Amino acid sequence: MTFEPKIVGILCNWCSYTGADLAGTARIKYAPNVRVLRVMCSGRVDPTFILKAFADGADGVLVAGCHPGDCHYIEGNYKTMRRMALFKKMLADYGVEPGRFRLEWVSASEGDRWAKVVNQITEDVRKLGPAHFGTARKKKIPA
Amino acid sequence: MKRISIDPITRLEGHGKIEIFLNDDGGVANCYFQVPELRGFEKFIEGMPIEEVPRVVSRICGVCPAAHHLAAGKAVDAVYKVDPPPAAKKLRELYYSAHFFHSHIAHFYALAAPDFVVGPDADPAKRNILGIVEKVGIPVAGEVLKHRAIGQDIQIMVGGRSTHPVWTLPGGVSKGITEEQRTEIIEKAKSCVEFAKFSLKLFEDVVLNNKTYLDIILSDIYELDTYWIGTVDEKNLVNFYHGDHRVVDQKGKEVFRYKDHEYLDYIAEHVEKFTYLKFPFLKKIGWKGFVDGPESGLYQATPLSRLNAADGMATTLAHAEYEKMYKTLGGKPVKKLLATHWARLIELMYAAERMLELAEDPEIASPNFRTLPTETPQEGVGIVEAPRGILTHHFKTDKKGLVTEANLIVGTTNNHAPISMSIKRAAQKLIQPGKEIGQGLLNMVEMAFRLYDPCFSCATHSLPGEMPLVVEVKNAAGEVIRKECRP
Amino acid sequence: MAKLRLASYWAAACGGCDVAILDTHEKILDIAAAADIVFWPIALDFKYDDVEAMPDGHIDVTLFHGAVRNSENEHLARLLRAKSKVLVAFGTCAHLGGIPGLANLFDRKAIFKRVYHDSQSTVNPDGVEPQTKTQMPEGELTIPEFYDTVKCLDQVVDVDYYLPGCPPTPKQIWAVVQVIVGGQLPPKGSVVGASEKTQCDECPRKKNEKKISSFKRIATAQPEQETCYLEQGFLCLGPVTRGGCDTRCQLSGVACRGCYGPPPGVLDQGAKAVSAIASVIESKDEAEIERILAEVPDTLRSFNRFGIPASLLRRKTL
Repeated sequence: MTFEPKIVGILCNWCSYTGADLAGTARIKYAPNVRVLRVMCSGRVDPTFILKAFADGADGVLVAGCHPGDCHYIEGNYKTMRRMALFKKMLADYGVEPGRFRLEWVSASEGDRWAKVVNQITEDVRKLGPAHFGTARKKKIPA
Repeated sequence: MKRISIDPITRLEGHGKIEIFLNDDGGVANCYFQVPELRGFEKFIEGMPIEEVPRVVSRICGVCPAAHHLAAGKAVDAVYKVDPPPAAKKLRELYYSAHFFHSHIAHFYALAAPDFVVGPDADPAKRNILGIVEKVGIPVAGEVLKHRAIGQDIQIMVGGRSTHPVWTLPGGVSKGITEEQRTEIIEKAKSCVEFAKFSLKLFEDVVLNNKTYLDIILSDIYELDTYWIGTVDEKNLVNFYHGDHRVVDQKGKEVFRYKDHEYLDYIAEHVEKFTYLKFPFLKKIGWKGFVDGPESGLYQATPLSRLNAADGMATTLAHAEYEKMYKTLGGKPVKKLLATHWARLIELMYAAERMLELAEDPEIASPNFRTLPTETPQEGVGIVEAPRGILTHHFKTDKKGLVTEANLIVGTTNNHAPISMSIKRAAQKLIQPGKEIGQGLLNMVEMAFRLYDPCFSCATHSLPGEMPLVVEVKNAAGEVIRKECRP
Repeated sequence: MAKLRLASYWAAACGGCDVAILDTHEKILDIAAAADIVFWPIALDFKYDDVEAMPDGHIDVTLFHGAVRNSENEHLARLLRAKSKVLVAFGTCAHLGGIPGLANLFDRKAIFKRVYHDSQSTVNPDGVEPQTKTQMPEGELTIPEFYDTVKCLDQVVDVDYYLPGCPPTPKQIWAVVQVIVGGQLPPKGSVVGASEKTQCDECPRKKNEKKISSFKRIATAQPEQETCYLEQGFLCLGPVTRGGCDTRCQLSGVACRGCYGPPPGVLDQGAKAVSAIASVIESKDEAEIERILAEVPDTLRSFNRFGIPASLLRRKTL
């Protein structure tokens, strides 16, 4: 049986969520592996959410926001850009393979692009196999 | 074979246990000292920026964090090939002298003194600081607390923190002291010198002038014939912060002398299966097992070693005491290990005098306490004398200054084999066929361990009542056949 | 009033927490007046057998410091939990894992390889390693099992209170002792002996707007003494660290590294540090951001120095 990655997606309301919706209304076929959470702005994404997703068993995490310069709140996605750049280094130090986490800019009109991004991350994570970052938390301590 | 387990050993820093195996006739067949702990500092600092290391490795020990912080600080200077300005070195040494002062007080008064002031086989309920207070009075206890506090306070004034200092940087320190602080430290240091005088007098009155104790000190129960190592300045006088590292032999003659970066040619470490701690030995002599004598590479690193390896103390009052000790005990080197307590008090005096000396130097309040490195970081070794023995830190970095390799040989580690042998020897001398194994006897076995001040100086006060010790004698099947309790 | 039964025990620790208790100086006599210390291996001669023999709940309060690194630490954590009415995770190691938690970037094999084989001073041609059981001519010797992963105390047993700090300040220790002796215990699970705000609230340095255009490493730069460290480009975890220590590191002339742990409501101190500090980098250009971030190497151990075991992922996956 093929491994089906569980990927958590955190999408900003104004651009990327709308873009994902467009992929749906345009009936584009693409991998079903991303479970979407909607936030008002990608700048809301605290690295804690991403770590919690991995700790609770996610195989991959995708954060999507407006293209730089297009943020509904003007500066939000610049904060995202800076945060995620540093956070990727922390993930690497935890031993999380780079392919498991992506930051993408998807505009409201980019339904095609959304589908491509999801397909790409799904395949990358499928190749990497199931993640075991939650193991440390779930392991039972021998009495 | 019958077996006595002491687990955990107590009134020291760290975890440890002693296993004593008895022959059928009740004499000691063998005795093992095991250290059950390991944390892996040498591995887990790999990849860290080297300038962060001094404030991480201080956490090797919360009793002598200053030792690790400064050894690492010196190693980091060497990594960057940077020489700190004179004020920085003086500040570090002042800090360190205050540290020695606090540490030696705590060990002597809390750990050592009860065995002497109250008595080695006295009632355990009295053999603690409260028993001391009873014997010598509350004013004395107050002075002990006050002066240990002074030692901590001077560290805080100079370096910002006493436990886990963070202030040593490549090329110096992060802050200096003001003229007001310098004046305050001078006054405090003078009080410390008086307290050191008092402590040595106490030792003389209570220990040296008591024939029973003097006999125990001069007996062969606590004795080892190893090499001795200590750090000395250019006049061959004891220095805690920096100098050449000198090894003398069983006759007191210098056999090796090395600088920080040469340590690997002189010190090596042996591994055994039954303990996590390694066993350092003199490389050029070799590891010959748990034996002493000139053919075996074992050496001790304690206050007694430092005094044995030096030609004297660098301050007046301490030097007078040094001469007195060797005159009383019949010349150098002294091998009667309980004299380590005396040596520790002589060092207390030196620490106090050195504090005063350094504080009286106006340069120590200079605002020039840091030279910024310019060289590419590479590799460095830093060695200081920890209160418990010589301490070696060695780091290699990449060009960005991230640690690639780390090697540490820590104070008490140097003494791992000697401690094992001292315990075994005391056990063999004290536990004789047919002799009752009472609480006093067991405590005297522990005294063999305690004189090394293995890294923790403990409760300066308030050890109420019971010190129970349960000794179970088990037969070969592991069944308890006899039980001795100290109530 | 009956004396409280007090115990203090250390697991994978350094002794600094015990020294901090002693640094209450003359107040230790007041502690002794109010409490009987029934187990304190560094100071008193009670042995493990004595604790085993106690009825459950016999000890009123146990101060447990040190992380859980090996089987002996774990055994004592469970034993003392059973024998204690109140168990306090005392100090950063018990609270969050502490400095020993840095070992969670490695495993037992890697640590043993360095310590017993590759270390430059080690002479070990037969490749000897410590064993949990060793047969000697006279009998079997045992030492605890060294685990791959360091844990903080509440990952092993139920903890009643957390007293942060590496070590906790004597001032805070005394404040907490008074609370305990007075019987005014806060809700279970509380952090005690610390502020509800961050370090920045206590820090005397001048604060303006944070705009980081470059990071400086303290190895090759000297901080100026009046202004906020972060504003000067020196990494400081003050914004994501609980206050209560009187900013002792900042007053020593260096920046905070987070030993008092996360502020209230923060689940992962390292994640929060990354979030807070990266967001004020003064750049909108990806390449420039990368260049600036390259000036702060060793991300995980720099942004979460003391709490890796307590973090969401707990350790590096190897």
